[in-house]
Amino acid sequence: MFRLDGQLALVTGASGGIGAAIARALHKQGATVALSGTRREALDALAAELGERAVVCPADLSDPAAPDALVAAAESASGLSLAILVNNAGMTRDGLALRMKDEDWARVMEVDLTAPFRLARAALKGMLRRRAGRIISIGSIVGTTGNGGQANYSAAKAGLIGMSKALAQEVGSRGITVNVVSPGFVATAMTDVLPEEQKQKLSAAIPLGRMGTPDDIAAAVVYLSSAEAGWVTGATLHVNGGMAMS
Amino acid sequence: MSEIADRVKKIVVEHLGVEESKVTPEASFIDDLGADSLDTVELVMAFEEAFGVEIPEDAAEKISTVKDAIDYIEKQKAA
Repeated sequence: MFRLDGQLALVTGASGGIGAAIARALHKQGATVALSGTRREALDALAAELGERAVVCPADLSDPAAPDALVAAAESASGLSLAILVNNAGMTRDGLALRMKDEDWARVMEVDLTAPFRLARAALKGMLRRRAGRIISIGSIVGTTGNGGQANYSAAKAGLIGMSKALAQEVGSRGITVNVVSPGFVATAMTDVLPEEQKQKLSAAIPLGRMGTPDDIAAAVVYLSSAEAGWVTGATLHVNGGMAMS
Repeated sequence: MSEIADRVKKIVVEHLGVEESKVTPEASFIDDLGADSLDTVELVMAFEEAFGVEIPEDAAEKISTVKDAIDYIEKQKAA
C-alpha cells in the first residue's frame, strides 16, 4: 500500500526539517522527488543522501514568477510530469498585532499563502490533462486555533484550508485531490527557539504526551499522496498529538 | 470548412465526448454541448496546445461557441 513508484513529487521548503522528512518518505515509497527551497547546499546534501530519483530545484517563492518556473524546472529535470505537489515552504514573522508591520504581514501572506496558490495553479494545468494529481499543503494547528503573536501566520495557514476546499471542489471531477496536513508542535528549527519551559508546558498540553517529529507529518503526506487516499479531498488531517481536536 | 475549423471540431468532439453532428458553429460549449466551466478552461488549453497560440484570459472568457473559437484562432494564425 501507499506506493508512489514512477510519480514525480515536488516538495517546497525541502531544506527544512519537516520538508526533508516529507521528501525522504515520498522517496522511500518510490516517488521521484524534486527538492525545492532557498538553501541550495542543504538541498544538494539531501539529494546526495537520497541518491537516484532526486532532483534539486532551488526557488525563491517570494518572486511571483517563481512558481510557474519551479513546476517547469521540476518536470524538465526529472523528465516526469508532476503528480504530487507538497506546499510545505513557510515562514514566520511573529509579533503582537499592534506592533506588526505591514511588511511582516504581507511577507508571510506572500510566502505562506500566495505562493502555494500560484504553485497549485501551475501544477493543475498538467494534472487536469492527465486526470490525476495530488495537492497537499502543510497548514498548522494555529490556522485552526489561532495563536497570540502570530496573526499573520495563523491567517495564512487558515487561508490554506479555505483555498484547498475551493480547489478540491473545482477539480474533483478530474480525479485530483486537494488536502491539508495540519501539524501541531513539531520539534524543528522553527520550534527549537522556544524556551525549554514553554516546550515542557506544550508537551503537557498534548494528550499523546510529546512533541511531534517531522516523520509524524511525513506519514500523513504519504497517505494523502497515495492512490489509497483517492476518496479524500478538501480535508484537513490534523496531526497534533491530540492537542486540538476538530 | 477550413482546416482550423476541422481541427477545432475534432478537439471539441474528443474532449466533450459529443457527437460530431452536434458540433455546429453556433453550438455553445456550455448550453448546447454539456460542458462545465472547467471543460471550457480545458478546451482553451487544448486549442492553445494544438495550434501553438496563446489565448489570454480575457479572450478566453469571450469564447463560448465553436465559431468563437475558430474565429479567434484564425485571426491569431493570420496575424
